[in-house]
Amino acid sequence: MQTEQPSSFSFTSENLDKANWHIAKYPEGRQQSAVMPLLDLAQRQNGGWIPQAAIEVIADMLDMASIRVYEVATFYTMYNLSPVGEHFVQVCTNLPCWLRGSDQVMEACKKVTGCSNGETSEDGKFTVLEVECLGACVNAPMMQIGDDYYEDLDSASAEEILKALKAGETPKVGSQAGRHTCEPAGGITSLTDRYPDRAAKSGGDD
Amino acid sequence: MPKITIDGEELEVEAGMTVLQACEQAGKEVPRFCYHDRLSIAGNCRMCLVQMERSPKPVASCAMPVGDGMVVYTDTPEVKKMRQGVMEFLLINHPLDCPICDQGGECDLQDQAMAYGMDHGRYKENKRAVEDKHMGPLIKTIMTRCIHCTRCVRFSTEVAGVTDMGLIGRGENAEIVTYLDQAVSSELSANVIDLCPVGALTSKPYAFMARPWELKKTESVDVSDAQGCAVRVDSRGPEVMRVLPRLNEDVNEEWISDKARYWVDGLKRQRLDRPYVRGKNGKLAPATWNEAFAAIAKATKGVSGSEMAAIAGDMADCESMLALKDLMTALGSANIDCRQDGSKVDPKVRASYTFNSTIAGIEDADALLIVGANPRWEAAVLNARIRKRHLMGKFPIAAIGPAIDLSYPVDWLGEGGDVLAEIANGNHPFAEVLKTAEKPMIIVGSGAAARPDGASVLGLARQIAEASGAVSGDWNGFNVLQRAASRVGGLDLGFAPGEGGLDTAGILDGVTSGAIKVLYLLGADEIASKDLDKPFVIYQGHHGDAGAHVADVILPGAAYTEKDATYVNLEGRVQRGQLAVFPPGEAREDWKIVRALSDVLGQTLPYNTLAEVRQGLVKANPVFQGIDDIQAAEWGEFGATGGVSGAFTYPIANFYMTDPISRASATMAECTDEILGGGEGKTGTDG
Repeated sequence: MQTEQPSSFSFTSENLDKANWHIAKYPEGRQQSAVMPLLDLAQRQNGGWIPQAAIEVIADMLDMASIRVYEVATFYTMYNLSPVGEHFVQVCTNLPCWLRGSDQVMEACKKVTGCSNGETSEDGKFTVLEVECLGACVNAPMMQIGDDYYEDLDSASAEEILKALKAGETPKVGSQAGRHTCEPAGGITSLTDRYPDRAAKSGGDD
Repeated sequence: MPKITIDGEELEVEAGMTVLQACEQAGKEVPRFCYHDRLSIAGNCRMCLVQMERSPKPVASCAMPVGDGMVVYTDTPEVKKMRQGVMEFLLINHPLDCPICDQGGECDLQDQAMAYGMDHGRYKENKRAVEDKHMGPLIKTIMTRCIHCTRCVRFSTEVAGVTDMGLIGRGENAEIVTYLDQAVSSELSANVIDLCPVGALTSKPYAFMARPWELKKTESVDVSDAQGCAVRVDSRGPEVMRVLPRLNEDVNEEWISDKARYWVDGLKRQRLDRPYVRGKNGKLAPATWNEAFAAIAKATKGVSGSEMAAIAGDMADCESMLALKDLMTALGSANIDCRQDGSKVDPKVRASYTFNSTIAGIEDADALLIVGANPRWEAAVLNARIRKRHLMGKFPIAAIGPAIDLSYPVDWLGEGGDVLAEIANGNHPFAEVLKTAEKPMIIVGSGAAARPDGASVLGLARQIAEASGAVSGDWNGFNVLQRAASRVGGLDLGFAPGEGGLDTAGILDGVTSGAIKVLYLLGADEIASKDLDKPFVIYQGHHGDAGAHVADVILPGAAYTEKDATYVNLEGRVQRGQLAVFPPGEAREDWKIVRALSDVLGQTLPYNTLAEVRQGLVKANPVFQGIDDIQAAEWGEFGATGGVSGAFTYPIANFYMTDPISRASATMAECTDEILGGGEGKTGTDG
């Protein structure tokens, strides 16, 4: 666990309501099932990471041992147990993304933020992490920043997104190649009468 | 009952069994690491794979319930190949450090690798390394060796009832840890060392001391508390190297407490290895046996029987108590007592001082009232049995005494005796709970029975037992939780005040007033009197503890590992301990010392061999006939009527130091420091 820990943690009243809503979903005696959403709430409230105090608060709320909550928090990679930057950049480097150029995305990260894999930038704005498949292989390569997916990246678009974030702007979420969600890269080949503007220009063997 | 065919052999098994258990019943050996009969099923090591007809994939037999008509194979070439594959995976990250591993020679992985291992490894990449964890003064960790079977996590959570251990991370990064690197805060923690199938958790005090094949194994019983846990004493030459639990389903299943396991280093320190006589200068000086006996003969000359007294301590064996009782009787003294804590249990009614429900019987009970006892410290393994019963469900537990963590939820009714009286009068809601229960249990602590008003405590408890139907047919729910290994045996053979004799309190009054001129302490070190310098004190025992300090003559005896001796556990089960090593120096087996002394005093006792002493035991009480048996105690009148006032307190202040052996043990001192925070400023527990 992180060595420097806040001495205490408590849910904001708004998050407490949410937590109680999650807990109430489960039958009496099965409150422990709410451990994952509560950890997520704590992570969001605490700037992207879960302190030890939060683990103990959640253990108390769900009447379970701290070690059991700690086990869950360490098992799932999406819970962070040490501080992360304001923008938590997760770059997929699994096979499809790697074939489509995830190395260039990582380079772009290094160039803009100065961070290699697993590092946090000095200004505390970025943490860059290589992760396993995030399930957007169709639009590879991709990265997740915070809750948002940025897809169909190349060096230039990845750099642009990161620069925009650095400047405090809000870059466009989703595919950077102009396609709608995960439709074929060359345009749609069916339902073309309903969405004529998204139809494939020719044949559509993409 | 489902029928299952295993390797062509059809057998009927109980519904709800697992395939692995069925294979065992069929006499087939199935290798396993994570599966353990007394723990929940994890199914994560995959070593127990078997082949099953109509199943496309191999089946983990430990996690598969039997079904009717299953056809299972455990010895086909395919099964062997599957297990070899699992073994290869397990060995990928397991270091090849068997030559320096303490588990070597008693390692499940080593043994099973002989059957399923390959002659070479195919894995050329780097092995993973894991940082060792701190788990307290008893458990040494080499976590790189861990194969993540999670037996230790399941034991500590389920059996010991502490939530200190866990498995964090996942996949290759999985690690066994204690929360925040704390010591495991259980009295049963060291059992995880036995459970660990590899050398990840080994014994810290025993590290690099011996190899299992060098040790002489002696089956014996433990005397660190009154449960009489079955133990195996491993010795090399004159030294006891370690103590391990032995299987005894009726008493300790396969667990022992940390004290029973690790107090043995105390057997090497502070030992009395020769007789001593207090000289004219007031200092104890080494002497020969003849000089010591002569000093006793001189001191007892002209002293009448009524001016002599004897008290037996907590670890005295039955043979020596019988010899001393016979000697005192021959000398005309009825002032003998084996209840050095001043307990008010009735020596004439056996049911008043034994654990009548029996330890295994706890699992049949359906309501429990604990009166002034801390079973977690007074009988740690028995406490695990209560927890086991709690986990089965529908078992209301209430207790009278200061609230403590017993590892299961307890309804704390209050601290004082008034609550006990209320339940006895039927004015308390819990009286109704006991009444509606079919097999209610009441456990009275030995500390509660030793209070000045202990007789009233016992009387009220008897009243509750009778009113709630706890004594009926073959069920007796009245229990006294003794904590001294000698107590029940001593009372059984009549080491209690005879006609007109004084009990412990009377003897100590006599010591203060000068009425008692000669006091014989048989390993009695916990005497609450400041005036022991007044009479002539003979101390017979094995450690230079409190009793030896006040003695005028010291007769060096044998510790429990150094004699063939009989003990009766708190249930009234007669058990035999065996000699593992010889007593040090000139020390002798205890009954022989008393026998030799009787000769010098002109009252020669009528036995010359151990067999003859044991015949004497049977003559004193027929219960000594049945070794490893319990003879049910007859119910009778005992206790006193009267109020009980004031709060109950627990007799043990420090679990790790309760007797001369554990007080001399360095390991127990370390446990006191780290786990109980006894060392000033050494731990963070005192803020």
